[in-house]
Amino acid sequence: MKMIVAIKQVPGRDAPVHIDAVGKWIVESGLEYALNEPDAYALEEALQIKEKHGGEVVVLSAGPERVGTTIREALAKGADRAIHILCDDLGSRDALGVARLLAAAAKQENPDLILTGLQSEDLGLGQTGVIVAELLGFPHATMILRIEKTETGVEVKRELEEGWFQTVQLPTPAVLTMQSGGTKLRYATLMGIKRAKTKEVKRLAAADLAVDAVPVVVLEQTSMPKKKKSTQMLTGTPKEAAAALVEKLRFEVRVL
Amino acid sequence: MSRILVVIEQRSGKIARISWEALAAAQRLGSPDSITAVVLGAQEEAVSAEIAAKALGTVLRVEHPLLARYTADGFILALQQLIQNEGPALVVLPHTYQVRDYAPALAARFGEVLIGDVVSIGEGPVFTRQLMQGRLTGTYRHTGTGPCFVSVQSGAFPADLPPAALATIATFRPTLDPAQIRARPGEPYRASSQAVDLATAQVIVGVGRGIKAAENLPPIQELAAVLGAELAASRPVCDNGWLPMDRQVGSSGQTVAPKLYIAVGISGAIQHVVGMQTSRCIVAINKDSDAPIFEVADYGIVGDQLDLIPALTEAIKAVKR
Repeated sequence: MKMIVAIKQVPGRDAPVHIDAVGKWIVESGLEYALNEPDAYALEEALQIKEKHGGEVVVLSAGPERVGTTIREALAKGADRAIHILCDDLGSRDALGVARLLAAAAKQENPDLILTGLQSEDLGLGQTGVIVAELLGFPHATMILRIEKTETGVEVKRELEEGWFQTVQLPTPAVLTMQSGGTKLRYATLMGIKRAKTKEVKRLAAADLAVDAVPVVVLEQTSMPKKKKSTQMLTGTPKEAAAALVEKLRFEVRVL
Repeated sequence: MSRILVVIEQRSGKIARISWEALAAAQRLGSPDSITAVVLGAQEEAVSAEIAAKALGTVLRVEHPLLARYTADGFILALQQLIQNEGPALVVLPHTYQVRDYAPALAARFGEVLIGDVVSIGEGPVFTRQLMQGRLTGTYRHTGTGPCFVSVQSGAFPADLPPAALATIATFRPTLDPAQIRARPGEPYRASSQAVDLATAQVIVGVGRGIKAAENLPPIQELAAVLGAELAASRPVCDNGWLPMDRQVGSSGQTVAPKLYIAVGISGAIQHVVGMQTSRCIVAINKDSDAPIFEVADYGIVGDQLDLIPALTEAIKAVKR
């Protein structure tokens, strides 16, 4: 089975968030970046399918030069090769614009499966995989925890709300967006890191893919969130803060 | 008059609260007359009558035997035909798992992009949603020429719709062919009998990724024991196997509203917050003073839970003695 795993490089979870001068996004210089965690689950699932049934795992990512480090990380974990769509204006494209880039590059590969995380940790749109499926004319399913290969395609365990699940059968080629927690993530081994250095990374210029980049939805402004409640902050040593909280819980909330 | 379609989600004839909230959000975008509620299914007479009692213009029953069970292909095709027929300026949907499964593709079919997970609507209209796991807010504007697709977050728009004169009910029958439905969905099931029912707990101690390791759980378990509280967790804690999945609170877990919810090391991503934001009192304990959990907390303590939790347990023991 030939699998493409679409991954995204996102600001690290503990990276400081400062809004940029024009108020459109965050200050990127000096930020630490990481592999989007739901995408790590997509990669893990693809690697496990390959170990079981054979095939190839191709990592696909769009973004500026810095994305190369995240691509190497995925290769170190076991992906066979990668495609890097070099794109410096990812942030000015909307979900459809980004999906057009990914779909154009994926199409050239004729994959059986395209896997990606259910959403990114930065924008959290949760749309890219579904739109890629639409653009390629592939069936799709979202929030997938497990994939089994069948005669004609795949059978997947799909998460529904409130602890419900569902089994769905799909013909391939198909696009699946992976939910976290379905399996355990692997770490790259030293051997894997060494091997990754020699694996092929095909570089495509976004402009060469000739897709429409004009957004139909624009992120006009970013701001710090507004407080929903007036939070009383309790300060002091741990002992003092704890005593203050107990006082509140006893006499204001009345739960003690 | 620009028209607004609101897609109502129903399961076995039951309308979820978030669908009423989507209808409430639509009221902020246009007059009741301009709103058409849409119900998809095989035969939706009862549900349609229930919706028609709200302040809106029309209820459209979009009916076909192939819509009896949800499939992305079926819903996208039916709604595509409906939207082409109706030509709405706006399509408002509840931000459910089902909508997340089909709405991005439906919008793309019109060359549009869904503005998803919207928490408020401003003049323009502009739509705000969370970014960076709740650490930032983003304001979006639709600049496309087709319909604007918007899905609204659970709890963001109070569903207090005034009763009104009965709306018109009409039926729309899309053209669907079984060969167009590529997925074969099975019956929904529950993993195991839900061992823990967190919904009835009066006090809950919720733990998040910030506790760093399963080894840090025992002091928190002791705190829960002293409080007579149930232990709950955000998704990453369960993903890592630190606590079982049936203790998960949030959009993919249980929804709770205890008298007291103590969030330990929980950053406050919206996926967790939607599951506990209606708790009567929320206490947040977190190392990061910028963590979004403090936006919904009544009381906050910034600090290391390794120091704070034992201190809190001792302080509670002292007053209980």
